[in-house]
Amino acid sequence: MKVVLQNLTKVFPGRGKGTKDHVIAVNDCSFEIPDGELVGLLGPSGCGKSTTLNLICGLQKPTSGKILFGDDDVTDLPPENRGVGLVFQNYALYPHLTVLQNIIFPLQNLRGKEKLSRAQMLEKANRIAALVQIDGLMDRKPSELSGGQQQRVAIARALVKMPRVLLMDEPLSNLDARLRLQTREEIRRIQRETGITTVFVTHDQDEAMSISDRIVVMKDGVIQQIGRPQEVYNEPCNLFVAKFLGTPPINVFRASVKDGTLWIGDEAVLSVGGVADGNVTVGIRPEGFCVDENGPLTCTLRAIEVMGRDVTVVSANPAMEGTEIRSIISSDQDIHENKETVRFSLKAGKVFLFDWESGERIAFTETL
Amino acid sequence: MLRDPYFLQAVKNTFILVMITVPLSTSIALLISVGLNAIKPLRNLFQTVYFLPYVTNTLAVGLVFMILFKKTPYSDGLINLLVRFFGGTAVDFIDGPYWAKMLVLCIYTIWVVMPFKILILTSALASVKQDYYSAARVDGTSRFRIFRKITLPMISPMLFYLVITGFIGAFKAYSDAVALFGTDLNAAEMNTIVGYIYDMLYGDSGGYPSYASAAAIILFAIVLTITCINLLVSRKHVHY
Repeated sequence: MKVVLQNLTKVFPGRGKGTKDHVIAVNDCSFEIPDGELVGLLGPSGCGKSTTLNLICGLQKPTSGKILFGDDDVTDLPPENRGVGLVFQNYALYPHLTVLQNIIFPLQNLRGKEKLSRAQMLEKANRIAALVQIDGLMDRKPSELSGGQQQRVAIARALVKMPRVLLMDEPLSNLDARLRLQTREEIRRIQRETGITTVFVTHDQDEAMSISDRIVVMKDGVIQQIGRPQEVYNEPCNLFVAKFLGTPPINVFRASVKDGTLWIGDEAVLSVGGVADGNVTVGIRPEGFCVDENGPLTCTLRAIEVMGRDVTVVSANPAMEGTEIRSIISSDQDIHENKETVRFSLKAGKVFLFDWESGERIAFTETL
Repeated sequence: MLRDPYFLQAVKNTFILVMITVPLSTSIALLISVGLNAIKPLRNLFQTVYFLPYVTNTLAVGLVFMILFKKTPYSDGLINLLVRFFGGTAVDFIDGPYWAKMLVLCIYTIWVVMPFKILILTSALASVKQDYYSAARVDGTSRFRIFRKITLPMISPMLFYLVITGFIGAFKAYSDAVALFGTDLNAAEMNTIVGYIYDMLYGDSGGYPSYASAAAIILFAIVLTITCINLLVSRKHVHY
C-alpha cells in the first residue's frame, strides 16, 4: 500500500495564550512511500518523527494536510479503520495475557462479517508466530520473555490482522547492542516476506541506514532530505544531514574559498571549481583522508587506534569544529605514531562544502 | 455466649454490614474513579470533593447524618422530606424499625470508606500506561472490552487490596454505629461484634472479660478465614 503525506502539519497548542508558545511538531511535510518499501524516519529526539508516525497511525489528528493510503484519504479516519499495525517502543504487550492471547487480541475485536471462529484465529496466530519465530512461546506471559522475544510478539500482534501499513516506533531502542543488530535483520526479513509497507522511527542512523529502502531525515519538524541511504550519505543536502549520518561523524572545518581554491587555515587543500569566494564550512568524511607525506593538510597527531581492518587517526587542526578529527585509513598505509604531525591529502568525493550561514550544500566541480 | 441474643444480634449486624457495604462501596468507588479518570476539566475539584469525607471527623459526620435522617417532633429531617415528596410515608431512620436503621448505617459506612477507595483507584487507573490504551485503540477494541480486558486486570491488585482491607475494616466497625445511634447499641439493636466486646468489658453490662475474649477470638477467626479466602481468589486473578 502506497502511503502519501501531503503538506502535513501538526501544531501542539502551548500553555499560554496566543501563538508564541505553540510547538510546531511537524511542519508542512510531504512525501510518498512506495508500496512495499521499508522507510526509516530519522532524526534527533524532538524532531517530530514520532509525531509523524502517530499522524500516519491516526492516534493524533493533523492540524492541516492530508494522509492517503493508496487512493483512500484516511486523514479523518480513526486508527481502527485505517488498517494499520503499530509496534510501540516499549512493546505495550498486555502483561496479564499470554503470548497467544496477546496475538489474537486484535482478531477478537473483529465484529460482524469479519468475525472469525476460534479455530481461524488460532490458525492465523500460529502462522504469524511461525513467521516471527516465537511458536514455542505461546503459553508464556510477556514477563517471562527476553527483550528480543517481546519485540517479536509485539510485531506478531501488529501483523496478525495483516495491516495495510506497519508502523514501528523506535523498535530497537530497548534492546542491547547485539540483539539490536540481529533484530534489525529480522525486521528486514519479516518485512520482505510479508511485503507490507513499513515505516519505522529511529534516532539511530546506523539502524536506519542498514535496513531501510529509503530514509527520511527530519529536523525540527521539517524534512531535510529523502532518499536511499547511500544516496543521502554520499550527497547530503545540508550540513545537518551530513553531520547526522555516518559513524564516526563527519569532520567539520571552518574554511574559505579564494580563486577556486579551498583554504583550511593557511593551507590550500583542494581546488574547487564554480564556487564564489568567501567563507564556507567544509565537511570531510573520515574515509576522505589519505595519509600523504606531501599532502596539503597538516594536522597535529594525537593518537592512532588500530581496529584490525582499518586504522583511525585522531588528530587536531586549529580550523576544526568540535574536539578532534577522526579519519579512517586502511591498515596497510604507513603511519608512525612518534611523529608530531600528520599530513593528509583529500578525496574530493568525500569533501562537501556548505554555506557559512545557512548550512546548505554548495556544489563544486573538481578541477585539477 | 453463643446463646446470648445480644451476641447473635451483633454477629448478624456485622455480617449484614460487611456483605452490603464492601461490594457496594468498592464498585461505586470504581465507577466514580473511572468517571474521574475520563473527565479533564474540573478533575482536581472533583477529586478534592470526593476526598473531603476522609478528612472529616467521624462523629461530626455522624451528627450530620442524624440531622439528615432523624425524625423529631419539630422536623422530619431532610431525607423524610424527600421520601414524602416521592409519595412515601416518613420513617424514623434513627429510632425506628430495624431495616431503616441498618440502611442508614450502611449508607453511612459506604460514605465514610469511599474516599480512600476512590483515592487508591484513581491513582491505580492513572498508573496504567497510556500505551496499552493506544495499542488497544489501534486494534479497534471497543470501550467496554478495553475496560474489561485491560483496565480491570491492570488495577486488579489494587481492587483486591481494597476488598481485603474493606472486609477487615467492616468487621471491626463500631464507632460508626456509636456516631449514629449513641452508646447504648444493644437497645438500638445496632450492636456490632467489636461493640459487643467493648460492652462486655466496660459497658453497662460490663465485667465479663471471658465473654469479651471469646468474642474477640471468634472475630479473629472470622476475619482470618475471610482474608484467606480472599487471598486464594485473588491469586487466581492478579497476574503479577
